Amino acid sequence: MTEHLEAGAYNFAYLDEQTKRMIRRAILKGIAVPGYQVPFASREMPMPYGWGTGGVQVTAACLVPEDRLKVIDQGADDTTNAVSIRRFFQRTAGVAVTEATPEATVIQTRHRIPETPLKQGQILVYQVPIPEPLRFLEPRETETRKMHELEEYGLMHVKLYEDIARHGQIATSYAYPVRVEGRYVMDPSPIPKFDNPKLSGNPAIQLFGAGREQRIYALPPWTKAESLDFDDHPFETSKAPHDCDLCGAKDSYLDEVITDDAGGRMFVCSDTDFCAGRRARGMKGRLWAPKPEGVA
Amino acid sequence: MIAASDALAGGFTEAPLQSARAFREILEAMARPGTIRRVQGASPPPPLSVAAGVALLVLTDPTTRLHLAGRADCADVRHWVAFHIGAPLAAAEDADFAVGTWDALHPVSRFRIGQPDYPDRSATLIVECDRLAPHGPALTGPGIETATWLNLPETAAFRANRALFPLGFDTLFTAGDRIAGLPRSTRVENI
Repeated sequence: MTEHLEAGAYNFAYLDEQTKRMIRRAILKGIAVPGYQVPFASREMPMPYGWGTGGVQVTAACLVPEDRLKVIDQGADDTTNAVSIRRFFQRTAGVAVTEATPEATVIQTRHRIPETPLKQGQILVYQVPIPEPLRFLEPRETETRKMHELEEYGLMHVKLYEDIARHGQIATSYAYPVRVEGRYVMDPSPIPKFDNPKLSGNPAIQLFGAGREQRIYALPPWTKAESLDFDDHPFETSKAPHDCDLCGAKDSYLDEVITDDAGGRMFVCSDTDFCAGRRARGMKGRLWAPKPEGVA
Repeated sequence: MIAASDALAGGFTEAPLQSARAFREILEAMARPGTIRRVQGASPPPPLSVAAGVALLVLTDPTTRLHLAGRADCADVRHWVAFHIGAPLAAAEDADFAVGTWDALHPVSRFRIGQPDYPDRSATLIVECDRLAPHGPALTGPGIETATWLNLPETAAFRANRALFPLGFDTLFTAGDRIAGLPRSTRVENI
C-alpha cells in the first residue's frame, strides 16, 4: 500500500479527492481574478471555526508529499494553533515541517507575514476570519457583492476619512484594506498594517482561505496591492517604537510582553524564527541572557 | 466503439498523490502566466495529450460540465471521461471546462465569461497545442515580474478576453506533458 495509508489511514492531506478538486478549482479562479472572493463549499474540519479551517483546507488542497510546511500564529511557530495545525498535516499528509522561513515551501499563517522575504516557489496561506472588507460597513452580502461588482468603494474611503476626522490619522492598524491591481478591494486578513507593503509585488503565491465564511481569494506573485489612503494622508506602517529586547532588531514587528505587576515590560519580535535566527548569528538585545554553559 | 478495457486504463494509479503533484504544477502555471510546467500520471486516449488528461483528472468531476471540441469529441475520449471523471458532457455555451485544439474551440466568444457579481462562474479552456515555447507575444500582468513570452495560437481573442476583466475565460495550454496557463488577467502584447 502507499506510504500515507500506512502512516495513519487518512487520505493524503485529510480531505477527500472530490473536495480537493472543488477547492483547487476555486483557487485557480481566485488566481485568475486577483482579490475577488471565490465562494467554495467549505467543509467541517476537525477543529473549530476560527482556528484556521479555511487556511487548513487551502493548504490541504495545495500540499504535495515533498513539501516542507511551516505554520505560524501571530508570527510564532510554537503557539497552540500553529503546533496543532502542523501536527495535523504531519499526521494526515506525512509532510516534513520546519520553523525556518527560507526552508519552507508552504507556510500557513495566522495574521502575520514572515519578516524574512519570501521567494519564488513558496506559497503563503492566510487564515481569514472575515474575508469581506466591507462587511462591518454593510452587513448584507447581496449589497457588498453589488458594491464589488460596481467598484463602489466610496464607503471604505468614508470610513478611513472618519478615522482622520476623529483621531487625526488613519487609526486602522490591522486588516488594513488594499486595492488589488486597481480593481478589487481586499481584506488582507488581520495582519498588522506593518505587513501590508509585503503583500504587494511578493514573489510567492499568496492564498487566503476563510472556512466559516466559505471564501477563497488569492494574490498571484508580483501582484500590485495598494493600501488605501488619501493624497494628504498617505498610508504609513506602524510598529512599537522600540528595538527587540532579545535580538535587537530595529525593523521587525514587535509584541509587548508584560514581565511583572509593577509596569515592567519588554518588546520582542513577533516572528520567532526571525528573532531566533538573529540571536543564533550573535545579535543581542537589551534583555538577552543566554543560558549558562552546561545547562540543558 | 472501443473495448471497455481500453477506457479503464490511463487514469491515475495513485490519485491523491498524483493529483496533488499535478495540481501544484497547474497552480504554478496559472499563477505565473507564460511559464511552462511538466505534469505526468495520465495516459488518455488520443487525440488528448498527457497534460490535457492530467488537467481533466485534477480539475473535473461529476459536478463540472465538460465540452469536448472537434477531434477530442470521439468515442474513445467519451468513454475515458465517463469512466475516470464522470463529468457530464455539455455544449460550449454551458461548459465549465472545454478541451480541444484552438481551431476546434473557436469561436471562443461562446464560452462562459462569468457574471459581473460572480466572475468565477466562467469556463476554463484546455487548449491542445503542437508545442509550447517561451517565445511569442509578450505577457504582462499579475503573476509576471516584468514580462514573459509564450507561443499563443493568436493574440486578438486573448486581448478581447482581457478587455472583459474581471469577466472572461481562463486558459490552460497543453502539449505532450507540458502545460502553461493564461488567466484572464494577463495582458497580451499586440502583434
